Amino acid sequence: MRSPPIPEMATQEVQLNETLAHLKTESESLKSKLEEERAKLHDVELHQVAEKVEGLGQFVMKTRRTLKGHGNKVLCMDWCKDKRRIVSSSQDGKVIVWDAFTTNKEHAVTMPCTWVMACAYAPSGCAVACGGLDNKCSVYPLSLDKNENLAAKKKSVAMHTNYLSACSFTNSDMQILTSSGDGTCALWDVESGQLLQSFHGHAADVLCLDLAPSETGNTFVSGGCDKKANVWDMRSGQCIQSFETHESDINSVRYYPSGDAFASGSDDATLTANKMRILLKKESTLFFIKKLGRTSEKYFPVFNL
Amino acid sequence: MAEGSKERVLVDITDPDEDSPNMIIYRKIEDIVTRIQDENAGGVAIRTVKSFLSKIPSVVSGADIVQWLMKNLSIDDPAEAIHLGSLIAAHGYIFPISDHVLALKDDGTLYRFQSPYFWPSNCWEPENTDYAIYLCKRTMQNKARLELADYEAENLSRLQRAFARKWEFIFMQAEAQVKIDRKKDKVDRKVLDSQERAFWDVHRPVPGCVNMTDMDIRKCRREKNPHRVKKSVYGVPDDSQSQPSPVHISSPPARKLTQEDVEKEITFLNIQLGRHCMKVSKVADSLMGYTEQFMEYDPLVSAIEPSNPWIGDDTSFWDVEASHDPTQQRVKKWGFSLEEALKDPAGRDQFLKFLESEFSSENLRFWLAVQDLKRQPLQDVPSRAQEIWQEFLAEGAPSSVNLDSHSYERASQNLKDPGRYSFEDAQEHIFTLMKSDSYARFLRSSIYQDLLFARKKGKSLTGKRLSGLMQSS
Repeated sequence: MRSPPIPEMATQEVQLNETLAHLKTESESLKSKLEEERAKLHDVELHQVAEKVEGLGQFVMKTRRTLKGHGNKVLCMDWCKDKRRIVSSSQDGKVIVWDAFTTNKEHAVTMPCTWVMACAYAPSGCAVACGGLDNKCSVYPLSLDKNENLAAKKKSVAMHTNYLSACSFTNSDMQILTSSGDGTCALWDVESGQLLQSFHGHAADVLCLDLAPSETGNTFVSGGCDKKANVWDMRSGQCIQSFETHESDINSVRYYPSGDAFASGSDDATLTANKMRILLKKESTLFFIKKLGRTSEKYFPVFNL
Repeated sequence: MAEGSKERVLVDITDPDEDSPNMIIYRKIEDIVTRIQDENAGGVAIRTVKSFLSKIPSVVSGADIVQWLMKNLSIDDPAEAIHLGSLIAAHGYIFPISDHVLALKDDGTLYRFQSPYFWPSNCWEPENTDYAIYLCKRTMQNKARLELADYEAENLSRLQRAFARKWEFIFMQAEAQVKIDRKKDKVDRKVLDSQERAFWDVHRPVPGCVNMTDMDIRKCRREKNPHRVKKSVYGVPDDSQSQPSPVHISSPPARKLTQEDVEKEITFLNIQLGRHCMKVSKVADSLMGYTEQFMEYDPLVSAIEPSNPWIGDDTSFWDVEASHDPTQQRVKKWGFSLEEALKDPAGRDQFLKFLESEFSSENLRFWLAVQDLKRQPLQDVPSRAQEIWQEFLAEGAPSSVNLDSHSYERASQNLKDPGRYSFEDAQEHIFTLMKSDSYARFLRSSIYQDLLFARKKGKSLTGKRLSGLMQSS
């Protein structure tokens, strides 16, 4: 229990509040200055430029395979580098590895919790990672022996203080990047389970992440319930860029294959699918916001084919 | 049952609930749905349709809705309009009058608009007692169109078992509702009954249909104002013994911004202001350049050789892609940039082969070793880093690479506490070196050119002379 403030402390407190208010004003003015500067670079609309390009014509998307086997909503999926295998995880607690080409299930694991919100395939194709309401990210080595119990070899790698929303291997089976409802992202060493780097900066749950496609780059983007999309330097843990243009949670982020741009899908769905806004970032980085529906948009994985 | 024509409560926009993810979508849908129904402002024609001996009031065809969506929302593709319309239907804003499945069809199927009273934005969370009352009253009415579907009959028996002790109460409530309904105008009743049914189709969907009222568990923590949640359609008071539903777990209060937070923000903003940015036009050009270059490699857009495994049943495309015997098309990609060449294992091999012929392979081998270092488990990193130092950087190293003094200093400093990024500066320097020097020569080399033009060894003399000419040009 605090004793009533003596006059000295009261003045100090007033001074602190004044300083804080002053700083906030400075921050606001910097923000508007930044917006101004960005607006100056906006010399053309992307759709104007797009008009000069030949259209793709009628784009027919057909369902080629339907993989049936989950008992409830499928929350996440990831392609294997071999372009035919898929790992998927569901609200029912199951994680299934499929040969999507034959639609056969190759492996299945039942997680101790329901709502497995994240899953990822290791680059070698020899392991999968998954997690969700258990606040962890676990790695399961995939055995060629179908009879072997996958759960026995499970390795707990990441530990967060809230749900795991997304996970991704870096270009190695040895490191995993995670994002969580605890507002942080983290990079982990798979073998030891050690935290290599943590990424603080989101003011609310982080819902998604995506690694930049470059072999030489060390960045990734994350999207959160604070309506921000942040680009991070994996080496230093610093937030390099921050984009605050959505009006609600960012459910999904995906880099464009060139690594120059990324798209984000948000709960603030605009129902005009061709509405785009562009902001400029680090050198040649473009940020598209294609406002699709409120479901996470997975349109870039189609480039994995 | 409460009035179907009850006005929608106007909500204070500063209400934090209004910013919740669902509310944003509901507002957008409601704007559209209001516009569609406004016949004076270009909306669809809502008519009474004659059917055999009776009339169907207040309906519109699915095709009309699709048309309106395409015209008023600038949608070119009817499939997109159907998808959008189906999402609007799934939330219960429009519904087919003869089906429990809430989807939009682009044909003569008849649809009706939901009453604002039942809109999801009113925070409906109807209890099972309410659903029981509804099903019960349906059985009391002798109308063919109100007969229970199989799944509804199953639901009813399950509810009868669950509420065995309350059933008398439920039955009485149902009877009371039937009485109220009977007093209404016949035409009104047809419309109201269908709207009520559509409401339950949203909250107790047909088995197999997605339950749109399922909360995303990640967003459940945000506290919904319990006073706004409506639990009963039929005015049944909230059972005080019911458990608080999981959605009402409040999240920890947001941390107040401290001086340090704001100072950090200011630093960050200043960095952003100092950053060099490009004009949109320039960025657009680079983007278009990329798409043009990679168009032929995108199987969604271009035909691939021999065939797309997902369309035919031939997986040889994948085998070819994975092999170390590259196609001409793949070799062409190596010429786009050094990054592309190094992305492909075959490209790496060939570039290495070329560098070996020039006795300068240590650069690439160093680069590859550092890439590999970053992929190691943590415990192996220090020893691997030492190995790299010994092989490439130490005095008298067998594969000595040429570094600038800055990178060299950095690397040797880092070695005191070796980590995955110990050689980052050095690696960048070497990469730039390769890019500006050896890579260009590689592209002109016979090793590369032979593969690019699919020239096999031991070809005719003419072939050899041609390649000789190309090299010297």
